[in-house]
Amino acid sequence: MSKIIEQPRFSCALGAQQTVIAIKRGVPILHSGPGCSNKISSLIGQGEGYAGGNTIPCTNATEADVVFGGERKLKDVINGAFQVIDADLYVVLTGCTSDIVGDDVGSVTSKYQEKDKPIVYVETGGFKSNNYVSHSEVVNAIIDQYVDKFKNNNGVKKGLVNVFATVPYQDPYWSGNLEEIKRVLEGIGLEVNILFGNESNGIEEWKTIPNAEFNIVASSWVGLNIAEHLKDKYKTPYVHFQYLPIGAIATSKFLRQVGEFGHLDKNKVEDFIKKEEEKFYFHIEKTADFMLEFRYGLPRRFYSILDSSYSLGFSKFLLNELGILPGKQFIIDDTPEQYKESIIKEFENISEYRSAEVEFNVDAGAVQLEIEKEKEKDFQEGRALILGSGWDRDLATKLNADLLITSVPVTYRLVLNCGYAGYNGGLRAIEDIYDRVLNTYR
Amino acid sequence: MGTINLKESSVTIRETRLGSITGFNGSAKELVTCAHAGKLKDSSRKFSQCMGCNAGHAFCQLAMIRDAVVVNHAPVGCAGDFFGFNFTYRVEQMKRELPATIGRYFSTCIEEKDTVFGAAKKLEDTVREAYKRTKPNAIFVTTSCASGIIGEDVDAITEDLSKELGIPVISCSCEGFRSKIWTTGFDAAYHSILRKLVKPPRKKNNKVNVANFWGSHIFDEFLNRLGYEAQYIVPFSTVAELEYISEAKATIHVCSSLSTYLGAALEQEYGVKEIKAPPAYGIEGTDIWMREIGKVLDREEEIEKIIKEEHERVLPKLEEYRKKLKGKTAYVTAGAAHGHAIIAMLRELGLNVQGAAIFHHDPLYDNKNKDSDALAQAVNIYGDIKHYNVCNKQAYELVNILNRVRPDLMIARHGGMTMWGAKLGIPTLLIGDEQFGFGYQGVLNYASRIVETIDNKEFVSNLAKHSTMPYTKWWLDQDPFTFLGGNTSVENY
Repeated sequence: MSKIIEQPRFSCALGAQQTVIAIKRGVPILHSGPGCSNKISSLIGQGEGYAGGNTIPCTNATEADVVFGGERKLKDVINGAFQVIDADLYVVLTGCTSDIVGDDVGSVTSKYQEKDKPIVYVETGGFKSNNYVSHSEVVNAIIDQYVDKFKNNNGVKKGLVNVFATVPYQDPYWSGNLEEIKRVLEGIGLEVNILFGNESNGIEEWKTIPNAEFNIVASSWVGLNIAEHLKDKYKTPYVHFQYLPIGAIATSKFLRQVGEFGHLDKNKVEDFIKKEEEKFYFHIEKTADFMLEFRYGLPRRFYSILDSSYSLGFSKFLLNELGILPGKQFIIDDTPEQYKESIIKEFENISEYRSAEVEFNVDAGAVQLEIEKEKEKDFQEGRALILGSGWDRDLATKLNADLLITSVPVTYRLVLNCGYAGYNGGLRAIEDIYDRVLNTYR
Repeated sequence: MGTINLKESSVTIRETRLGSITGFNGSAKELVTCAHAGKLKDSSRKFSQCMGCNAGHAFCQLAMIRDAVVVNHAPVGCAGDFFGFNFTYRVEQMKRELPATIGRYFSTCIEEKDTVFGAAKKLEDTVREAYKRTKPNAIFVTTSCASGIIGEDVDAITEDLSKELGIPVISCSCEGFRSKIWTTGFDAAYHSILRKLVKPPRKKNNKVNVANFWGSHIFDEFLNRLGYEAQYIVPFSTVAELEYISEAKATIHVCSSLSTYLGAALEQEYGVKEIKAPPAYGIEGTDIWMREIGKVLDREEEIEKIIKEEHERVLPKLEEYRKKLKGKTAYVTAGAAHGHAIIAMLRELGLNVQGAAIFHHDPLYDNKNKDSDALAQAVNIYGDIKHYNVCNKQAYELVNILNRVRPDLMIARHGGMTMWGAKLGIPTLLIGDEQFGFGYQGVLNYASRIVETIDNKEFVSNLAKHSTMPYTKWWLDQDPFTFLGGNTSVENY
């Protein structure tokens, strides 16, 4: 059976244009068909940001470019972009047309690189992969073609870390998540290159990537390619935390793992954790009576249709901190084979007392049909919680379940700085879940 | 050139069929004169920003046929617009009091190996699975840049699948690179519907096709009064309804950029009369349109009565608004036909339209009738517009112009453009419902929204204070058409 997708929840390789937009004053230059950017923005781009959406320079490939090649046009558009768009970093990304026709984008771009223009290119023809994969490729290309030029001889800076935690915009809560991850890592004494969003110092921060003492990957598999690459290139070691840390248990575990790996002052780490946990559990304790006593129905089992980092992160959080039991979990991020086993293992040990079943399937249309069956089998009477996307509204209604939209497309929510990572994100998740539950009563 | 040929598997693109262009800088009158003389030349740009492609616009018309599904033969990124259209579909279901239904759209997910070995099998599997999952009454297969370049014979594959599944499986050729003019995508969708769904009439009925997007049902009462029934197409139609749009008496356009291919084809093939007057925007424009409706539907007397009634009702109120808006300036950015409509309306209200950045220009539509040219009509009624520019949705040109012109109001028709007005502190209005401004009442509707918008300065002036601008200072000091190059002949494109 071919891989087909009903209800897509990620984009193609060119979707990494959003990775570039998430870099402060970064702008993608697309060498692609005229509609690509728009389609990507409409799935994973709530808000144009600084130079996204309709601002993105693009060669808008025509039939003539497909027949005769589009290199000259690309050169014109790059020239124009330098004149018209006020940015610190320009990243040329190709679409299907250029990659199938075989335009030599490298030779066009390298002319500018030789003149020390801040420009990078990556072949991201849509068919080549998806935006989970190409995110890492774009980051690596920026490191190789731009950051590396600024590598100084200052060597390793003690306490400086690069964080690779989430795919901007594909994770709709990337901005809030990164803000919180930076906050907690600073809390245990690190200096953090968060690289994307408002908390980052933009391209100047990127230039210090080679000086990091170590790298942190907080994600199931995305970002491991970057960390491996940096290990080869600059001998920077990395620590891998396998999911998005949501709530106190996971975040404390994350911080302890990082602290141990980086030989940080143990007292400082523990002091910070203690302070944060006190705050966190103050609120949990305050509302425990609600969770135990609310007699009109709270969700007792959850199903998720998420990428692996969110899936693991939320599953552990909901079970261990809120006592909501896992139904079957569905992972839709086209997880590469080599990472599946360790993810399954994490689900097998989801808590001290139980394991959870997980299935990998990119075709969320098929997944919905399965969840209907699962619910039937598992838990006929109880109220369910679904963690999914805007596509899952009818499913939730049909199963009489509560829906928290935590994956793209998020259209039914407006996201500013909301995040679910860390201690603060955990509290936010609890508020959001029970807010939706309570809202169902007349 | 120019004739509609439903035997061809792909629609001929607008550049070739109509001589449409995407770049022009001059006055509206110059544009119209050139276009009617068949002397229009396109200009290309040395710098450009992303636009839209015809695949998205074909999908826009196919995605809301209530019992059909769409298979997009493409890499998964091309399916990025699925959810947006599904959202619209569901919002409009609410307005129409229909049960909540999700749009059923499938991607074949073309991958690297498929570009080498072909993706025919994948397409077949996807269509079969879509059929199995949804049991639709028709399946549309939309193509992409990738499927086009690797040379898939989608037409032949869909023919075979039609036989196998016993329902129409219809190819719609809308590769993104095919046309610079994304409205070609509308033509592509209609072409596939006309080719494979629409049947010759059994007998004529008293319906009037209203070709629209998904706007409000403003024609029901009006057509009932004339003894006809409105039939809104294509979104929210069923396959069975579309099969017999050939039986209708006439076709009304709400937006000529959208549906003139469909209108001309229905007249050519089945004698369904196309209303050739430009859609009814502005008082005089509405008078002209009404009289044509009267003629085509054979209701001239009744129409004169309505015109009289409406003038009596609307004109005094209009005068009030004109007083309020006197001396105000406006700038317009929109798609072609709707842009012309907004221009007419603003000038009806007495605003000074300082200029317009319109996405493309069709010299004449498929009916080849000069009376259908809404811009020509607007120039005749209200006079020339000095700064009329065909901008292909290039935001950088718009920002440059707005920064100089600083009108009291900007009106946009498409998303992604309003922000630039607001960031400069200019009150900006976007109307989503294409029928909001239609007819006599439409002028009042617009007037009241414009008054409200111009009055509401708080948000935009605060936003302007705190906004960044991704354009260089150098650029804002240049002539806005610096990158608009020499005249490229349309034929050579």
